[in-house]
Amino acid sequence: MTETLPGTATDPAAAPRDVVLDVRGLDVEYATGDDPVRACVDVSFTLHRGEILGVAGESGSGKSTLITALTRLQRPPAVTSAGQLLYHPRDGGPPVDLVTLSGRELRRLRWTTLSIVLQSAMDALNPVMRVGAQFVDALRTHDRRLDKGAAWERAAELLGMVGVSADRARAYPHELSGGMRQRASIALALACRPDLVVMDEPTTAVDVVMQRQILAQVLRLRRELGFAVVFVTHDLSLLLELADRVAIMYAGRIVELGTSASLYAEPRHPYTRGLRDSFPPLRAPLRRLTGITGSPPDLRRPPSGCPFHPRCGQRFDGCDERLPVLRDIGGNDVACHLYPEGS
Amino acid sequence: MATTLTSADQPATRTTAPRARRRWGFLARRLGFYAVAAAAAIVLNFLLPRLMPGDPSSAIVEELERVSGQQVPPETLESIRAIFGDPGQNLGEQFVSYLGQLAHLDLGVSIVNFPVPVSDLVWQALPWTLLLVGVTTVLAFVVGTGLGVLAGWKAGSRFDAVVTPLTTFLSSVPYFWVALLALWVFGFLLGWFPLSGGYDPNLTEGLNLPFLASVLHYGALPAMTIVFSAFGGWLLGMRNMMVTTVREDYVLLAQAKGLAPGRVMLRYAARNAMLPSFTGFAMALGGVVGGALLTEIVFSYPGIGYLMYEALQKRDYPMMQGVFLLITLAVLVANLVADSVYVLLDPRIREQG
Repeated sequence: MTETLPGTATDPAAAPRDVVLDVRGLDVEYATGDDPVRACVDVSFTLHRGEILGVAGESGSGKSTLITALTRLQRPPAVTSAGQLLYHPRDGGPPVDLVTLSGRELRRLRWTTLSIVLQSAMDALNPVMRVGAQFVDALRTHDRRLDKGAAWERAAELLGMVGVSADRARAYPHELSGGMRQRASIALALACRPDLVVMDEPTTAVDVVMQRQILAQVLRLRRELGFAVVFVTHDLSLLLELADRVAIMYAGRIVELGTSASLYAEPRHPYTRGLRDSFPPLRAPLRRLTGITGSPPDLRRPPSGCPFHPRCGQRFDGCDERLPVLRDIGGNDVACHLYPEGS
Repeated sequence: MATTLTSADQPATRTTAPRARRRWGFLARRLGFYAVAAAAAIVLNFLLPRLMPGDPSSAIVEELERVSGQQVPPETLESIRAIFGDPGQNLGEQFVSYLGQLAHLDLGVSIVNFPVPVSDLVWQALPWTLLLVGVTTVLAFVVGTGLGVLAGWKAGSRFDAVVTPLTTFLSSVPYFWVALLALWVFGFLLGWFPLSGGYDPNLTEGLNLPFLASVLHYGALPAMTIVFSAFGGWLLGMRNMMVTTVREDYVLLAQAKGLAPGRVMLRYAARNAMLPSFTGFAMALGGVVGGALLTEIVFSYPGIGYLMYEALQKRDYPMMQGVFLLITLAVLVANLVADSVYVLLDPRIREQG
């Protein structure tokens, strides 16, 4: 169980270099009362075709907000107040900014290019519709020529792809086990062959064995179908194994972004180091675990300067005054004053 | 690893045969329950007059003779004794003859309308009540629930901000007041609708066009007052369920799938949000047979409610007894239908039972 999952970060074929999503300066605010809470601040990253990008952070780091912003599913009072979500179509056409699309245009892109797997599959499937019917309506919405019978066949086929027997398409969600439901929602997310799947902690609600199976399946399907994944979780150890690159979020900002290998071997931001050191290594001698002292900041009143400075063991004069910007430090993007400009 | 995989798959893998058997078993259990409840209602109906102090049959016969001024015929006397008790007979024999009467749909003779049998009077009043209260109950549910879906789908929208407080206000207005006001304004002042009755008494009753038109004309005002007073409750209940349902993950996922907004609203949100409302609706349908007491009194509408009102006023015990039995059985039937349909609406219920 400790061997590397097949097709992980080390697999170069899995990550072709052309861009599928380009996130630029994304700001998300919760407009409540007089002072809006900025849950995502100046988030920028590029996602390549077939790449798995992990996003890790504590509760309240803005990762859930990022998910609904990326998928344009946010509800008031959350608003995307700035930034662009540039989607590059498969056929090489000009990029589309998801933020400015109309509802109708966005609906056309949904599921065919951009889909989502939610955290709890129990809650994500309509309890009064057969599982297959929930595939069929997505399939037939995006392909009007598909007739009912063919759509049901396709639903059964998709379920088979994740190891759920095809006759389960006629079942209701409550008739499936937790693991089956979660695999079914992954199959559902792939129904219309999207370029990008956003996954919101899809393995938190299942047991460890099922978790491994599901991750292995995601990697296999990614290899076969070539979709890119944004995988959001609080579990950095899982991401380091699964993802090609990992972004660490703190107080709504990306504080470090780099390949899994480099983040594991040589985390540069003190927060990343703290996260890495708070779980035991899988293939190295056991060492003393250290957590991160303090608690995440109140986003209504974020600390001045670097938002991490009140909890940082390596802070120095100036950390509480100037905001560090995300800069390329030896291959990784890091936002920390420990690495001065030009170093 | 392989064993864990199969064991994870096993519990939910069921063949269809036992599931079908479970479903029928479920239905059989339900039917059994309702049979017991109906039997209890019939037994209670039998026991109540017999538990009353004195001899209700003789009291009823005396009252009959006083009201009608003539001797009660022997077969009527026998029927009344069967239903209300003969002090000379033992309970077992009485129960058998009581059941015999019920089997012939004999509910006794009305005191007020002597010598018309209660069953004839009920039979006459029932279609009027079913028509008026049945149609308006369905209409109020459809209108209220429909508007509730819209208000709850976009809570805080302009539609919601106007309709919801207005409805709260309207549904707090007492019904009799609405009915009297409507009668006064539209019936008396404007003269658009007749003041009382269910049809034009100058026309021949039957399936002819002028008569049906007069039924609609006479029924319109009472119907509108019922719908007006009843839709608000459905609207508010549905709106509040919608507000919580639209926050469910499956609604979010339906939106993420790019389905048309109407489909997400109806098939995902409203379909789940209406489950509690539906139970209330089925109960309301059971109440239809009891009539709308206030409506029928205010508009002198010839339904069950008016019949019961008359019976209560003039202490027509056979009449009350008959109407109560009818209402009890109707509520039971409505509950049975509600239960059965609920099973179809919510697949999760089928597993239990």
